[in-house]
Amino acid sequence: MIRSIARRTLALAVAAAATAYLPAAGAAWEPTKPVEFIVPAGTGGGADQMARFIQGMVAKHNLMKQPMVVVNKSGGAGAEGFLEVKGTKDPHKIIITLSNLFTTPLATGVPFNWKDLTPVAMLALDEFVLWVNSESPYKTTQDYVAALKAGESGKFKMAGTGSKQEDQIITVALEKAVGKKLTYVPFKGGGDVAVQLVGKHVDSTVNNPIEAIAHWRSGALRPLCVFDAKPMPYPAKVTADKSWQDVPTCRSQGLDVEYLMLRGIFMPAGATPDQVAFYVDLMNKVRALPEWKKYTEDAAFNTTFMTGKEYADWVGKAETRHRELMQEAGFLAK
Amino acid sequence: MEDVANLMQGFAVALTWQNLLFMLVGILLGVLIGVLPGLGGANGVAILLPLTFTMSPTSAIIMLSCIYWGALFGGAITSILFNIPGEPWSVATTFDGYPMAQQGRAGEAMTAAFTSSFIGAFFAVVVITFLAPLVARFALKFGPPEYFAVQFLTFCSFIGMSREPPVKTIAAMMIGFALAAVGLDTVTGQLRMTFGHTELLQGFDFLIAVIGLFGIGEILLTMEEGLAFKGVKGKIDPRIVLQTWAKLPKYWLTSLRGCLIGCWMGITPGGATPASFMSYGMARRFSKEKEKFGSGHVEGVVAPETAAHAAGTSALLPMLTLGIPGSPTAAVLLGGLLIWGLQPGPLLFVEKKEFVWGLIASMYLGNIVGLIIVLTTVPWWAAILRIPFSIIAPVIVVICAIGAYTVHNSFFDVAMMLVFGVVGYVFKKLKYPLAPLVLALVLGDMAETAFRQSMLLSKGSIEIFWSNGLVGTIMTLAVVLLYWPLMSKVVEGWRGGMQPFRRNKGAGAPPPAQ
Repeated sequence: MIRSIARRTLALAVAAAATAYLPAAGAAWEPTKPVEFIVPAGTGGGADQMARFIQGMVAKHNLMKQPMVVVNKSGGAGAEGFLEVKGTKDPHKIIITLSNLFTTPLATGVPFNWKDLTPVAMLALDEFVLWVNSESPYKTTQDYVAALKAGESGKFKMAGTGSKQEDQIITVALEKAVGKKLTYVPFKGGGDVAVQLVGKHVDSTVNNPIEAIAHWRSGALRPLCVFDAKPMPYPAKVTADKSWQDVPTCRSQGLDVEYLMLRGIFMPAGATPDQVAFYVDLMNKVRALPEWKKYTEDAAFNTTFMTGKEYADWVGKAETRHRELMQEAGFLAK
Repeated sequence: MEDVANLMQGFAVALTWQNLLFMLVGILLGVLIGVLPGLGGANGVAILLPLTFTMSPTSAIIMLSCIYWGALFGGAITSILFNIPGEPWSVATTFDGYPMAQQGRAGEAMTAAFTSSFIGAFFAVVVITFLAPLVARFALKFGPPEYFAVQFLTFCSFIGMSREPPVKTIAAMMIGFALAAVGLDTVTGQLRMTFGHTELLQGFDFLIAVIGLFGIGEILLTMEEGLAFKGVKGKIDPRIVLQTWAKLPKYWLTSLRGCLIGCWMGITPGGATPASFMSYGMARRFSKEKEKFGSGHVEGVVAPETAAHAAGTSALLPMLTLGIPGSPTAAVLLGGLLIWGLQPGPLLFVEKKEFVWGLIASMYLGNIVGLIIVLTTVPWWAAILRIPFSIIAPVIVVICAIGAYTVHNSFFDVAMMLVFGVVGYVFKKLKYPLAPLVLALVLGDMAETAFRQSMLLSKGSIEIFWSNGLVGTIMTLAVVLLYWPLMSKVVEGWRGGMQPFRRNKGAGAPPPAQ
């Protein structure tokens, strides 16, 4: 304990000294070997895409002297990846998170918590949209909610990604808001979920924008509302006459549910401030690129960026909220 | 005819020097990835994906999809030479490919495998070219009950193909199911059978099991039999390619069946692995030379390879038209499309004509280039078998270990591979079949999930499996195939007296001299 405090003080002193002497040189720490970018999910998903996009940008624009390597550790709903970062002190390992940062330990009891990691930066928040098949009679959220209320419990089928994860949490919140049960059917990936709705095997989904945009554009699916406080700020037309901006918030439509998924970066516990600063700086460089802008627009991300205490506070609140929602739903591991 | 004009334009896009070079590099890398067990097409493509951000999307997808073709070709090489499937879909190729190699017919087996792969892929590309929009809509009809029906059909077409007694087949299959259930359960989100060990969170990866069961198990067996490869000193003649080609037309029906099964499984998307198993099972069931299967029969190589390659190729169709990946590699390519700013879906064909048709044209060219490359290397690959066992065995063990390690970058997997090696050895000594175990390990998880999703949808009623024409037909077909041996025996029994009981005798007592 004392040693670690001493070490930290020393590191702080060194960092302070460095900034004092080299005010313009930026972070004092730099990776001395390849950086492992861990993805606690399989290849091809949203987190994986973002990690590989960042890796590609870092390589293309030479943003770092050492190479960045993306490693998928998806076992146990991502627990494998989180445990790896928890069990190391190596500042050459960073991890990108999705909601499983909260849901996996709560639902499975695998021992890790975001407090075992050092928060680096929030890159974006992924939106969730309520979708129905465009041939269904539900033109608005009100139609959908009215039909839900009129039908018997369990008649409506909701497809989502995984079990006791974000999609099911939203479904439970929706059930609570409406007062009727839905039959939740879990699938492995968001792409599969969207296709199940296109094929009319289920009645609705809460897909991320990027998972369903192609089907919206082709006229197969219809977005009803977005589970965010504000509409998505993207005015570019997606279909002939609609843009993401035109999708109203669920709250404004009388469906009081809000949910956003974290896309953020963490590193192992005990990282020094200049190590964190290095990665924050790196992410800022990525965010400044025009490619990033296009990427976030295509995926209709909420581009809130946070670092430091603000980010840690946000994560803390998000964890409390997940615990409450999952407790109400009976999803907590015994 | 608009399609043909589009395709010609696509060829114009694909046939630039730059793109041809990328194609060549892609195929070579892919073959290498396919040969190294563990690395796998999906990993290979994922690793190279970021490198392509500086290229034009068309060149990038041409190179990456060529890696995929290369991996599909390459997977057969180690299956045939060393009984180690480089890729999951090559497992069925080992059943007859490896015995052929042991009989000194490695060149013949590889030529048959590559040629069949090519035919399967070519068939699938033609399907993609002309039927894309039509076929894509068919994939939408597949909900959980339909998926389960397809998995069920795969199992049913495979059961009874083993030469071992049914009890042993079932025992092996059950072990496979149990292993497949370890890890996270998609439906409930609970961990199963991990017993608090973090290493088990991932479950038992198919590749590690296969590398151990087949590769290491085989080496242990060979060591026991004395340190020499038997009967592999067969002449290696470059003309082997032509000689094999002369034999292949005989199996046109098996090829055609493989193409159809493969395309169907790739589009729906069942994937290349079940396609290869199903095709092998069907080929054996309907062949005139049933008894030869498993002992080095060319038809047993043709069937799985045609289906695997047809499935692997047609898996790209739902990815392009619907944005659902038909295979893990297609999933990574899909991620690439999104990062390049291309939106997969029905509109891709309208908005990015040049890209789509460039890709389709590159499928034709890539497969032709691939076939030429792999066929010219057949004599060299076959020559590896001339190296004495005492030298090649340690090399194989090292390659297996590297392969197992690469799957998840974990040493635990290397240890697991060795454990599976011992299991494979014991299975072979006790004459338990490995194929049902592998099949259950690959498909068990998917079949279980689809079944439970169906039960959720129907609130526990089994009627959902006969709720519409499509799922009902597949299920009925599966049940018919399951009881086919019994039915054909009954028919045979009527014709030839006691014949049906002949087969069952071999299990216990040695068969009487005839």
